[in-house]
Amino acid sequence: MTSIEKKYTLGLLAFGILGPILFPDYTFQIAILWIMVLFAQTWDAMGGQMGYNSLGNIFFFGCGMYICAVTQIGLFHDVGEYTSATGSNVTFTDPQYYTGLAIGIVFAGVGSAVIAACLGWTVFGLRGPYFAIGTLGIALAAGELFGAWEWVGGGGGIALPVYPGSGDGKSILFYCLSFAAAMVTFAFYKWLFSTRFGLSVNAIRDDESKADAMGLHTLRHKTVAWACSAFFLGIAGALFGNLTGFIEPLEVAFPTITFGIFMVAMALLGGSGTFWGPVLGAILFHIIKEATWTYFLGWQWITLGLIIIVNVVYFQQGLVGWMQEKWPEKFGIEVDRGTSADGDAKEAVL
Amino acid sequence: MTNVIEVAGVSKAYGGVIANHQVSMVVPAGGITGLIGPNGSGKTTLFNSIVGFHPIDEGSIKFENKEISKMTVQEIARLGMLRTFQQTRIYGKMNCIQNLLVSIPHRNAKFFDMFTPHEKELTDKAEHLLEYVGLYQKRKLPSGDLSFGQQKLLEFAMALMNEPKVLLLDEPTAGINPTLINGLIDRLRRANTDFGITLFVIEHNMRVVMNLADNIYCLAHGEMLAHGKPEDIQSDQRVIDAYLGAH
Repeated sequence: MTSIEKKYTLGLLAFGILGPILFPDYTFQIAILWIMVLFAQTWDAMGGQMGYNSLGNIFFFGCGMYICAVTQIGLFHDVGEYTSATGSNVTFTDPQYYTGLAIGIVFAGVGSAVIAACLGWTVFGLRGPYFAIGTLGIALAAGELFGAWEWVGGGGGIALPVYPGSGDGKSILFYCLSFAAAMVTFAFYKWLFSTRFGLSVNAIRDDESKADAMGLHTLRHKTVAWACSAFFLGIAGALFGNLTGFIEPLEVAFPTITFGIFMVAMALLGGSGTFWGPVLGAILFHIIKEATWTYFLGWQWITLGLIIIVNVVYFQQGLVGWMQEKWPEKFGIEVDRGTSADGDAKEAVL
Repeated sequence: MTNVIEVAGVSKAYGGVIANHQVSMVVPAGGITGLIGPNGSGKTTLFNSIVGFHPIDEGSIKFENKEISKMTVQEIARLGMLRTFQQTRIYGKMNCIQNLLVSIPHRNAKFFDMFTPHEKELTDKAEHLLEYVGLYQKRKLPSGDLSFGQQKLLEFAMALMNEPKVLLLDEPTAGINPTLINGLIDRLRRANTDFGITLFVIEHNMRVVMNLADNIYCLAHGEMLAHGKPEDIQSDQRVIDAYLGAH
């Protein structure tokens, strides 16, 4: 990690810790911000770094949400009975709540990753626009299927176990969990892209047939990349479901046209395929979104649409991509004057 | 000398177009074999069949006595048989060093190998190979910004990084400026002698292929027309007719 990156990382951490202390009224919004950062990073690990533009990653968010809810309830009660009475017939003790939540979050991550790995065997036969539409289809279908599945509450959704403490306690707990999830995701991808894996998925993005011809295990890499995205998205779903307290298939669990598109828009705004781009994009996007929702109500979708259009038409490389073009030397893109791999002392006479 | 590639009776048709018909040939281990033929004679199709890019209609292809005609491109590449492309293919957004680092052999790659950090030795090796092909100074530039000729050299370096047993080169000198061609011939020959890589080369430039190859096959209309030493091929009347269009 370069010194500039260290500064930015410390800045993020400081904001994460101080944010809710300085602006307690915005704790919920900052928690959502971390989930947005997680969204953008997990999307970009696929779309930006590997060139597989999934429009259906929100599917894993919803899967995680449902897996977590079913685990939280199913550990102590009958899920079908619980959902048919919309949760009014039972209560959870404190230890039950916390155990359920902890196990539910883990199951949400692992379950979503397993689903991604299984789906990968079929979906990764698709490339380019077909992959995008294929994954979008999965997410849309999932919303409808869960809506028709009475055991998990159908279209009426599931009310999650109620947090046993005060409202403030709940918002602090879920703030910390969201922040931790985003930071773990961040650190994980920082590590992952420092290994061979990073270059391998970049190679798949640049020319998958060439990577095939060089003997790279492309399917293996693609599956792992998707499973990693799904793991963190599943956890994000588990947290978000508990944060809102109520799961409904179309608007909360599989919101394809809001969160599902936001994660793409955020990564593109910051600069897809760069490590910091999605983080920056998510923060900017979330701030603009919340500001327009608050101050220009009625114009919020137009503003977001405008940002996406300007971004896609005039500014495809995104913010960090633009900086990379403007100051390539800062990103290590330069002609080296050394002529020999055996020591750069011998400078070339140019 | 043993044969590293043995092609026996291979046919391949695209719809009604017969690209290869009953083609048989061998590539001896350790040598440089040339493949020539007029445009559209089925040279690249034969390459694609050998490396598993498409299924063949009939026949058998063996690599080190192992039948490979049903294997996938990746599996064949991992056996140690690589090809370069006529339309050069590199990873355009990655810099030259990264292009080489990702081209390491995956022959014995275990699942968790994909999470190993980049080793210093590999970076050193990549830099040496870039120096070998004359791209050392450009090593930190995105490879997509290089000229076509430089990209060809980079693709060649990537192939060497992979330490193949056999390298199939599809027109290595096409699009390269004539003064660089001599350097490239020299490097190809050294890849053969120093690194012990068997070469199988499609080449249109007669001067290059006659200089380089120790035996040459000539395809015409999808069928194997002639085989022999460069000097025999040069004086073979059938080959001359094929190139001049007499039939």
